[in-house]
Amino acid sequence: MLTVAHLTRAELGARLARDGIVLQTGGFLVHLHSSVPALADGIALMYRDYPLHPPGAFAHFRLTLHRPASLRRWYRPQVHMRFDGEALFKPLPLAHAFPMLEWGLNWCVANRAHRYLMIHAAVLERGGRAVILPAPPGSGKSTLCAALAYRGWRLLSDELTLIRPEDGLIEPVPRPVSLKNASIDVMRSYLADSDHAVFTVPVDTTLKGLVAHLRAPADAVARSSESARPAWIVFPRYQAGAPSTLEALPPAHTHMDLAKNAFNYSLLGARGFDMLADMVGNARGYRYTYSKLDEAIAVFDQLAAQP
Amino acid sequence: MTRTSPLPLAVRAFREPQCLTGLTPAEWQLLLRQCSKANLDARLYYLLRQRGELAAIPPQARELLEWVHVIAERHAQAVHWEVRQILAALRGTRGPLILLKGAAYTTAQLPSGLGRLYSDIDILVDEALLPDVETALMLHGWHATHHDAYDQRYYREWMHELPPMQHIHRQTAIDVHHAILPRTAPAHPDPQQLRAGAVAVPGMDGVYVLAPEDMVLHSATHLFFDGECDHGLRDLVDLDALLRHFSGRPGFWEGLATRAVQLQLTRPLFYALRYTERLLGTPLPPQAAAAREVGRPNPVLLALMDRLYQRALMPVHASCDDRWSGTARFMIYLRGNWLRMPPLLLARHLFHKAFLSPKDKAASEAETELDRP
Repeated sequence: MLTVAHLTRAELGARLARDGIVLQTGGFLVHLHSSVPALADGIALMYRDYPLHPPGAFAHFRLTLHRPASLRRWYRPQVHMRFDGEALFKPLPLAHAFPMLEWGLNWCVANRAHRYLMIHAAVLERGGRAVILPAPPGSGKSTLCAALAYRGWRLLSDELTLIRPEDGLIEPVPRPVSLKNASIDVMRSYLADSDHAVFTVPVDTTLKGLVAHLRAPADAVARSSESARPAWIVFPRYQAGAPSTLEALPPAHTHMDLAKNAFNYSLLGARGFDMLADMVGNARGYRYTYSKLDEAIAVFDQLAAQP
Repeated sequence: MTRTSPLPLAVRAFREPQCLTGLTPAEWQLLLRQCSKANLDARLYYLLRQRGELAAIPPQARELLEWVHVIAERHAQAVHWEVRQILAALRGTRGPLILLKGAAYTTAQLPSGLGRLYSDIDILVDEALLPDVETALMLHGWHATHHDAYDQRYYREWMHELPPMQHIHRQTAIDVHHAILPRTAPAHPDPQQLRAGAVAVPGMDGVYVLAPEDMVLHSATHLFFDGECDHGLRDLVDLDALLRHFSGRPGFWEGLATRAVQLQLTRPLFYALRYTERLLGTPLPPQAAAAREVGRPNPVLLALMDRLYQRALMPVHASCDDRWSGTARFMIYLRGNWLRMPPLLLARHLFHKAFLSPKDKAASEAETELDRP
């Protein structure tokens, strides 16, 4: 299979600008069309190991990112993103092109792929079993996810936990992990010994502060067709100086908190309730407070050792 | 500027659904993009399901259709719930609850309701009861959305509906109509006749929809009096489904002809029958000709309208546009406004919307700014 790495940076840029590329992330194919060099840089760096399909292949989503043909092409240059011709977000400064693509890809899945029960949560796998980390922004979910993804767990997704209706298994969509503000430097030093941990140059966005992306491990990308059974649901909370504390949660509590983090729980109606109840019934729920990543890794290793 | 290019796939899908199983994956991709823009993708799902062909199409296309099917199922369920809420809210007012357009199709389980997605529920009430209905809805959580004094006047004095209302908790919208065309429009379909003809929805006590002939005429009026053609093809597909569904009823076509004359809606009926037949191949029996011919415009006007509508009724998608599509949509927009109000009033309205409304808005925003402690 042709991957992004097979193309030179010049070939990638030319294809993106001419017919566009069809990039596969997990089970989704996205047609991308863009003449923005910063975007091609980001794709070359972050999507190196992802399969490329011929430009005519059937794509689930079509995104274009272009500079406007107005004054804003030159004066404080902007980038516009469109979903098959329709603007999704307000234009952003040109330098935000790559984070914009990431937000756009999340939007596409979260607003369209309603076959799945979709939860706003990071999810990782070990030994065929998955741990789901649902949490609001600021709880240290992505930081913890990035650390686990490079310390023995397989990254399934940093943002989108997709539960299949037919068997309750989790469908992986491994993509770059989004890191914000202080967690960028934390992860840089934490993963300093790993040659594979590659980061984008941080971008100062008005919406979310400083944003950088960390490349998904090659193994996670290569195994993105291997689904996993949900086994643990852990609500993480980073608290400076706090001791590492894992508390079991009753199933009803876990269910309600998961529902609050779901994108399409109410859209799926009774089916959504049943799917969530089945999953919670067959998994263990916890609340986890931490301040040190090494302690967190040890706790998750213990989880993985559970029978 | 006659259209020479072949019909877009989204039109062919509803015109000759037998072609669907023969499409290549690339054609499916384009068809789904066009249908998504035309708000017809969920309808396409039900078309395939009724034909038993969901298993015969490329799996990637089926997957995208299953995604919108989830939305359509939930939407229909939400509409049934909302209609019951409205019914409960209006229990104290006299007069039946008459549903129009999408909500009527869904509630009466008509073929035009399958996969039909819409954001507001339209109801028709006796003008004399408007104050009671508005009060009852407000007491049950709906509130007016257009607070600007000019907008209030626009709706209450000139239009055929109250300013749109929205439920404070559910965010659902309701449009309360007392007629199907603005007071300022050139035609005045008598709302009393429409209400008198309304038929009960089986299994839902107190809920009514327009009689079949009136439902077709209202759908035609909505499409061919309005300037917004964004959902033109969707509305035409509605008309096609209604006509096919009611066509076999004894006396339907004769009734339609009579009713169009009574309600002064012969022209929109002409266009509805012409373009459903031409674009979607709607089968019209010989009796339909009488219903159609009364409203035929003069040949020069018709030649122009043909050229405009065969563009404006296409999905608003780059793959369906030719060099005249933008112009055609703009002309239809002008025509819609022209039909809405007499020229002087229209000029005044557009002037207010363009120059005074933004100023009022800025002034009221500045006021709120000052009010802040």
